[in-house]
Amino acid sequence: MRLSLFSAIGSQLRTLGIVFAHAFRRRETVCYPEEDVYLPPRYRGRIVLTRDPDGEERCVACNLCAVACPVDCIALEKAEAQDGRWYPGFFRINFSRCIYCGLCEEACPTSAIQLTPDFEMSEYRRQELVYEKHDLLIDGPGKDPEYRFYAVAGLAIAGKDKGQAKDEKAPVDVRTLMP
Amino acid sequence: MATIHVDGRAYEVVGSHNLLQACLSLGLDVPYFCWHPAMGSVGACRQCAVKQYKDEDDTQGMLVMSCMAPVEEAMRVSIDDEEAYEFRRSVIEWLMANHPHDCPVCEEGGHCHLQDMTVMTGHARRRYRFRKRTHRNQDLGPFIAHEMNRCITCYRCVRFYRDYAGGEDLGAFGSNDNVYFGRYREGALESAFSGNLTEVCPTGVFTDRTHSDHYVRKWDLQFAPSICHQCAVGCNTSPGERYGDIRRIENRYHGEVNGYFLCDRGRFGHGYVNRDDRPRRPEWRNVGEASATPLEVDAALDRGADALRRARRIIGIGSPRASLESNHQLRELVGEANFSSGVVAAEQACLSRMARLARESGLPAPSLREVEAHDAILVLGEDPLQSAARLGLALRRAVLARGEVLAEARDIPAWNAEAVMTLAQGARHPLFIAYPAATGLDSLAEHHLALAEENIARLGFAVAHAIDDRAPAVDDLDESTREAARRIAEALLDAQRPLVVSGGSLASPAILDAAGNIARALAGRRRRGGLTLVRREANSTGVELLGGHPLEWALDELSRGAADALVVLENDLYQRLPRAPVDRALEASALVVVLDHQRTPTWQRAHLGLPAASFAEASGTLVSLEGRAQRFFAVHEPRYHRPESRIHSSWRWLHALEATLEHRQASDVGLETVIRACADRHPALAAIIDAAPGNDYRIEGLELARAPHRYSGRTAMRAHLDVSEPRPPSDADTPFVFSMEGYSGSDRPRSLVAFAWAPGWNSPQAWNKFTDEVGGHLRGGDPGVRVLEPGSRERSHERSHGRSHERSSESGYATEVPAAFAARDGEWRVVILPRLFGGEETSSLSAAIAARAGASTLTLAADDARRLGVTEGDSLSLETADTRRNLPLRVDPLLPPGLVAVPAGVDPALASGDSARLALPDSMGVETP
Repeated sequence: MRLSLFSAIGSQLRTLGIVFAHAFRRRETVCYPEEDVYLPPRYRGRIVLTRDPDGEERCVACNLCAVACPVDCIALEKAEAQDGRWYPGFFRINFSRCIYCGLCEEACPTSAIQLTPDFEMSEYRRQELVYEKHDLLIDGPGKDPEYRFYAVAGLAIAGKDKGQAKDEKAPVDVRTLMP
Repeated sequence: MATIHVDGRAYEVVGSHNLLQACLSLGLDVPYFCWHPAMGSVGACRQCAVKQYKDEDDTQGMLVMSCMAPVEEAMRVSIDDEEAYEFRRSVIEWLMANHPHDCPVCEEGGHCHLQDMTVMTGHARRRYRFRKRTHRNQDLGPFIAHEMNRCITCYRCVRFYRDYAGGEDLGAFGSNDNVYFGRYREGALESAFSGNLTEVCPTGVFTDRTHSDHYVRKWDLQFAPSICHQCAVGCNTSPGERYGDIRRIENRYHGEVNGYFLCDRGRFGHGYVNRDDRPRRPEWRNVGEASATPLEVDAALDRGADALRRARRIIGIGSPRASLESNHQLRELVGEANFSSGVVAAEQACLSRMARLARESGLPAPSLREVEAHDAILVLGEDPLQSAARLGLALRRAVLARGEVLAEARDIPAWNAEAVMTLAQGARHPLFIAYPAATGLDSLAEHHLALAEENIARLGFAVAHAIDDRAPAVDDLDESTREAARRIAEALLDAQRPLVVSGGSLASPAILDAAGNIARALAGRRRRGGLTLVRREANSTGVELLGGHPLEWALDELSRGAADALVVLENDLYQRLPRAPVDRALEASALVVVLDHQRTPTWQRAHLGLPAASFAEASGTLVSLEGRAQRFFAVHEPRYHRPESRIHSSWRWLHALEATLEHRQASDVGLETVIRACADRHPALAAIIDAAPGNDYRIEGLELARAPHRYSGRTAMRAHLDVSEPRPPSDADTPFVFSMEGYSGSDRPRSLVAFAWAPGWNSPQAWNKFTDEVGGHLRGGDPGVRVLEPGSRERSHERSHGRSHERSSESGYATEVPAAFAARDGEWRVVILPRLFGGEETSSLSAAIAARAGASTLTLAADDARRLGVTEGDSLSLETADTRRNLPLRVDPLLPPGLVAVPAGVDPALASGDSARLALPDSMGVETP
């Protein structure tokens, strides 16, 4: 009985001590918005579409991000440029539905869609949270600075003929009799 | 039947199958590439390896290719065996060694058999570190895109294109690692079935080019079971919609009709439903004004009803390209006495003869699967590859099935494709074709008789007489025709199942009479034969069963003032008759209401235009040439993506118009109600209620899904219009929902399949999961019901025309044998030949079909061309009573002299039987189209 009384009082004092000690710890809250928030580089916030090192749109409109999206908030449509590249004719993300899970980024085979450390997207009107391609597209390559999808894909585009992609032989001459 | 043991479990399978067929029919997953249910086995890809054991004690076993291993009683095999699994994994690794890193930019991705098989075999990581072989692509025309890098050399494309479909311009080139599938030279693929390459090719070498222009992955498409509206065969299709447009048409497996294959007109001819100039809102045009003002639905109905109320008499013109329901609703609106079927008299005479023959000739109209089982074929006055292409393909299969008969005699199973072909050496069942011009089936025919239409009919009468003496004989028949008739009669009598194919393409009732006589004669000899009669349009058969006056009658009534208002249902009158009489009739009517889904010249003349739904937005019923009533279902709700659109089914418009006319509240009418009313009104169509399950049909308590469960973008696709997404449109007419929230699986048998998908099977090969055995019938029964059966004599009404001047003998034989055709000097007989691309109204409005159709020509016999002093390519002026036209000349050495052949769709003012004068176009004053 006496023992439990002592341990109870001890526990109370220890708790008070810990609470009191916090007064001297470094503060975790920041005075947002006066002070900037530190977000780690891999924080999953606002989604962007990146460009490859040559400044070309990376997205090839393969639709994998859209199908991976658990809330179905990505819609896009393929278009084809004069040079043979696929690109999204439109690309729309409804951020009022987005849960920032990052599955689109994981699904993306061309490193085009990326989540960035930015959460400051509040709007007074929900309609403004619908982002079109020109809202999403940025000028840089983002997290994967070197990757060029068309350098490894077999599809020929202007400036990269058949056989010029990575690990490709020159096109076969089907009319030759040589083995 | 045989019992086999797969991984320790006993199964009952069909004894004549091979192991792969047996396993797939059981629903077991065995990966494969080169085998195809319609094309048999060649054992080339080595992908379907399984372990076979000698007996119970054998633990070692040996690898066999399951597609080449016949099923044996008490056979023991293992699919899961580790060695077999490892072997299959290695095979796909080799196949993938040269496969490009293309999936994100490949049109096949998402319904790719190669993707499915790669996942199924467990090959996930590329170990091959050397360079890939590459190929240059070819331009294969407006339908098919070519990307040879992706090829895994399974040879399915050439086996389909050459061996199955009879194409000659696609082949395998090169050797060993360099094999190339393509054409000798770049150019459009000539076969009418090239579109099937997109489904036959297990990877993305051949893809749908029309789809690529507005590409969407298969998982994002919204599908519905549909029926092709581009000809009368009634192939089952799965159109896929996204963002309010039809993106592609896939084959929908039907065990009795189209099986695995469609023709290119059906697959690529849907572009007209996506046209920007489609009417999407009701339009009112004041008399004499060129421009129209858009109206809301209620205002349009009120104005239309007001104007109709003022009319003394309303004529209704139906359409063979509209559904039974819409035609029925129009007939209800205007009354039976005022209803025209919208078909010209000459064609209607043929249609009513065909309907009568289907009932009375004694031979049934076979389904396409049954067509393939006939062993002697006579084609009278038809070019099936042009007028009903899928039927043409079935005829080809029937003729070549002789190989399987020979193989059976030597115990070679029918699935062993190469062995059967080697044995057959091109052996064929007899095929006889009587047609004025060359046809695509000529190379298979024992005899092609190039005759003018009367002479085709005379040949037919002579054949019937040779089979049965009681059939009328043909007087003064020339020796060669008599001899041909004797040979044909002999071949038909020698056959187990003779088939007569004829139809209305040449608009000749005499040919149909002749075909009917042959059918009667064969039926009298108790042959299990068939009589296939080709109609022109999707619902020609159905409209004939509804009855109605011919189009000319309707125009006459209006022109002579006996009626002053006109309602036209999905019909462009200018496509059917020369300008002048149509203009006269339209000018004479105080009110013209047109319902259509295209801005046709008739629509441009309408006072009130009501935007009708096409097959993509409407549900309804069509009757195919076989007499099969089949339901098609709306693929999407047009207002979901285009809120401004006021498109509704024609039957719904007409019902609302009728209600408004009678000052009733226009209550919404359901499809079920209209179908029931139509079935009650027309006893011949009573069965259409059963053509498909009703709107209360549920599986496991679920409605049926139109979209695959992976359908993406639901909260974004409409977000630019309004961020608060509306609930999906409801569909009270059908058991389908406009979303993925319903049943879409393969484990419960069903006949209504919007799209084929099964776990692990995203490609069209998933159909194997829906059939009772591979290549068999849908487990839930093949869709549709037959409404035209031999012996069913009930008719909604007897019509005076068409029948009055037909005389028939007591035994039912037609007796009016026409006189032989005699060429007249300086005058040519026009014969309109059906044309697959460009010969049909709506599909010609699609860009891809227009591109493929090419230039129109007129065709003359070589003698005639020589006499006129013209050579191929020269421009000639053709003049008839109604029209004059310049066309480049083509010389057909087969065409009988005295005929000038013009393809369908060139000039509606030209009709078969017109007499024409030909001349070199003078330098001035010649009218061009």
